Amino acid sequence: MSLDYTNDTAAAEALIKEVLDAYPEKAAKRRAKHLAVAKPAEEEGATSCGVKSNIKSIPGVMTIRGCAYAGSKGVVWGPIKDMVHISHGPVGCGQYSWSQRRNYFNGTVGVDSFVTMQVTSDFQERDIVFGGDKNLDAMIDELDTMFPLNKGISIQSECPIGLIGDDIEAVAKKKHKETGKTIVPVRCEGFRGVSQSLGHHIANDAIRDWVFDKPSPEEAFVPGPYDVNLIADYNIGGDAWPSRKLLEEMGLRVIGMWSGDATLSEMARAPKAKLNLIHCYRSMNYICRHMEEKYGIKWVEYNFFGPSQIATSLRKIAAQFDETIQKKAEEVIAKYQPLVDSVLAKYKARLEGKTVMLYVGGLRPRHVANAYEDLGMKIVGTGYEFAHNDDYQRTGHYVKEGTLIYDDVTGYELEKFIEQIRPDLVGSGIKEKYATQKMGVPFRQMHSWDYSGPYHGYDGFAIFARDMDMAINSPVWSKFKAPWKAA
Amino acid sequence: MPQSAEKTKDHVSLFKEPEYTEMFAAKKAQFECRPTDDAVAAQAEYTKTWEYREKNFAREKAVINPAKACQPLGAVFAAQGFEETMPYVHGSQGCVAYFRSHLARHFKEAVPCVSDSMTEDAAVFGGLTNIVDGLQNAHALYKPKMIAVSTTCMAEVIGDDLSAFIATAKEKESVPADFAVPFAHTPSFVGSHTTGYDNMIKGVLNYFWDREKGEVKRGAVSEKINIIPGFDGYAVANNRELKRYMDTMGVEYTFISDVSDIYDTPSDGTYRMYDGGTKLEDVRTAINAKATIGLQHDCSVKSLEYIGTKGQPTSYFRYPMGVSGTDALLMKVSELSGKPIPESIEKERGRLVDAITDSQAYLHGKKVAVFGDPDFVYGMVSFLLEMGCEPLHCLSTNGNKEWVAAMEALLASSPFGAGCKVYAGKDLWHMRSLLFTEPTDLLIGSSYGKYLEKDTGIPLIRLTFPIFDRHHHHRFPTLGYQGALRVLVEILDRIFEATDASSDISFDLTR
Repeated sequence: MSLDYTNDTAAAEALIKEVLDAYPEKAAKRRAKHLAVAKPAEEEGATSCGVKSNIKSIPGVMTIRGCAYAGSKGVVWGPIKDMVHISHGPVGCGQYSWSQRRNYFNGTVGVDSFVTMQVTSDFQERDIVFGGDKNLDAMIDELDTMFPLNKGISIQSECPIGLIGDDIEAVAKKKHKETGKTIVPVRCEGFRGVSQSLGHHIANDAIRDWVFDKPSPEEAFVPGPYDVNLIADYNIGGDAWPSRKLLEEMGLRVIGMWSGDATLSEMARAPKAKLNLIHCYRSMNYICRHMEEKYGIKWVEYNFFGPSQIATSLRKIAAQFDETIQKKAEEVIAKYQPLVDSVLAKYKARLEGKTVMLYVGGLRPRHVANAYEDLGMKIVGTGYEFAHNDDYQRTGHYVKEGTLIYDDVTGYELEKFIEQIRPDLVGSGIKEKYATQKMGVPFRQMHSWDYSGPYHGYDGFAIFARDMDMAINSPVWSKFKAPWKAA
Repeated sequence: MPQSAEKTKDHVSLFKEPEYTEMFAAKKAQFECRPTDDAVAAQAEYTKTWEYREKNFAREKAVINPAKACQPLGAVFAAQGFEETMPYVHGSQGCVAYFRSHLARHFKEAVPCVSDSMTEDAAVFGGLTNIVDGLQNAHALYKPKMIAVSTTCMAEVIGDDLSAFIATAKEKESVPADFAVPFAHTPSFVGSHTTGYDNMIKGVLNYFWDREKGEVKRGAVSEKINIIPGFDGYAVANNRELKRYMDTMGVEYTFISDVSDIYDTPSDGTYRMYDGGTKLEDVRTAINAKATIGLQHDCSVKSLEYIGTKGQPTSYFRYPMGVSGTDALLMKVSELSGKPIPESIEKERGRLVDAITDSQAYLHGKKVAVFGDPDFVYGMVSFLLEMGCEPLHCLSTNGNKEWVAAMEALLASSPFGAGCKVYAGKDLWHMRSLLFTEPTDLLIGSSYGKYLEKDTGIPLIRLTFPIFDRHHHHRFPTLGYQGALRVLVEILDRIFEATDASSDISFDLTR
């Protein structure tokens, strides 16, 4: 069930025109392709977003995007807990991304788990001049001495690696031969591609090429009929755990978490599953397609944000299995209905009719829309940092006519949009948070869950509702104007 | 079911519920293929030994948990301290996303900064087109008074020439010919964020003093003193505190980069992309100041050298904290300005000394480990020594030989410094070994130290950038006598909290 409403198309179009007028001609022409208003589509119940995407950002406009390294080390590889991930190059990239994605895990840091560590080759000028391969080789030995229980090492390339012609693949092969461990070179230099997105793809390919189909220490694994992989949930604030719980409750066996709270074994075992369940389509569709082609494993997209989508997803997943699973899925939905009812009873009256603008990465700008609508809230604008065309097609199933759509939004545009639309809530990132709040507009970080979470599953929905309520209904918003200033 | 609308459990408590702990145990047993618990426990114990410490210190290539950042971060920080200035980073865009996030997480403020988004084609052909378009777009959209350009390592590796590129951009009318575009090459594989800060300050001075209208000669000497505060996570409050002193003394001054307004804007319904900062006109006339003082040696060494070439006297401090640090700074300001230190400030000094006297029994002989930027460690240790604390491990990932020599001289100046060792170029994984083999009572550093506190049980006091996990510390000073008082109280609080937590019989009401 989703709310029935439309947004003001004419106002959104006027707003787009206004921001484009501020740009020099060449830039305005390029930006125009990324801003649009959702229009009715031929398919019933869907809209058409009508923007171009996955194109280079314009210089000097304050894009919010990151880089391929962030997509690989920060998103895909970083959460794999029993491997050491080397930020290969100068110190900064690893430093700024150190412990910032909140990929929760169970393990002993520095002993059998390394997620919240910053390991870097800390390039100096001599490495640029003479190359970093020799030092990388020596570094891997040192890491094995420091962390003998590590299961493998990934080499996450920073910009200089690809520019100075280092051969990290040769180093990886040599060290694998010497140590027998999984050593993965990843060519995710920050200048590659146009955003984090290419980093996801490169990281997926590295799993395919350097992890799959290698001799495995765990031949004892016996496949079962209900084996699934939970793909592309990075366990932000523990998201993947309530998700796993729901899947187990409906009778499925989760043999791998990708990659939140994952061990290398879980990654390597994936091709033995019966079905891949993918949450963040953008960052891991590549590996799902590969597993489908090579191992014949089907994949299903699902959405565990908010009760409507959770129930739909549980049924969609169950439909891939037999009646036992389907029956259990219904039991799971019924089991949590009282929790859903109590959450809605508590928060819906306080949130009904409130408007939301989103700007996040490659999934959430659509995936969380129905969770807000479950609470009676309306999405008036949304956009992605690094989505592709297929993401915007999917978005049409989530957003209503008249919704403002902004791809790779610039700081200038987002500020103007927020200023003029004045939504009741903005969900975006740390770089956008403080400017928005200064305007007196409530804000939640929707990458890190603003240090809260989990938001996935029924357990997560209660937290999501609580957090949105506390942002919007905080008493502080009434204090912005000094009482002696005329209203 | 553990979850409810009435008592909503989030990550802090939810995952301690049996539904979850049982799920974790089953996942571990069936699917994770982790080492045995015994192997993990044995290795965890082994990392606490002297033998492991020796292996750890034998590391030459692997850097594990360093406490430093890269040059352009410092350049962006420095640039933001000038009036209506847009920091502009020539190179990959991901770096700028990182700088903005990193600074925003500490200051809880928006950090405007643009990149010119160089990608593969720029790697092959150079980033000239990027800078021509980038300057034009930034200028048109954000209407700054100045755009301060620094570089990422990508631009440095391919060898882009900022001076020539900016000149070309001006020829192509990206920005008006007389528009201020200072620049600094800031390769991240040289030095650290403190180096980048220094380079950007020098770049800005060099623009106004040598490039804007050709070479400027020092004219009639003004009454002003220039202050270069350096990369300081507490700059918001520290700059204000130092201004208060100088206003009280009647000294005229110019801060060369002042982020105290832009990193502390009010919530009143208006977002300020620019706020406060050093006036560009004041930078122009700063050449005629009586002298320039750098508050942090590593953040101003090249800038001071450049200022010296203009015939202006310079001097530097190493983050002057505590009683003697503040004394020395005030006496220097007094000497340069000819203005006496008034009684009101002397009284503040007396109140600080009074507070230390009251609490000295709890401070005397306390063993402390300190990490952070070289100047912070120096200033902090200097204050610890005068409180009777005994620093044991002083570590700076971005410290160099010159810093080690300065530290050793400082430690030699006090009997309380006798047992202390100084570690330059080492990281926090080294510090972990130091703390396990030679434990201290306290650890002082940044939020990164929280992992050390968790592993070793040694209480962490957060007193330097970055502080991500505690709010608003930067809104209160650490410099000056008031700042020292606040640092003293933070140290004492941790000491008393630790004493209470471990007390049974001696759980005293009065301490």
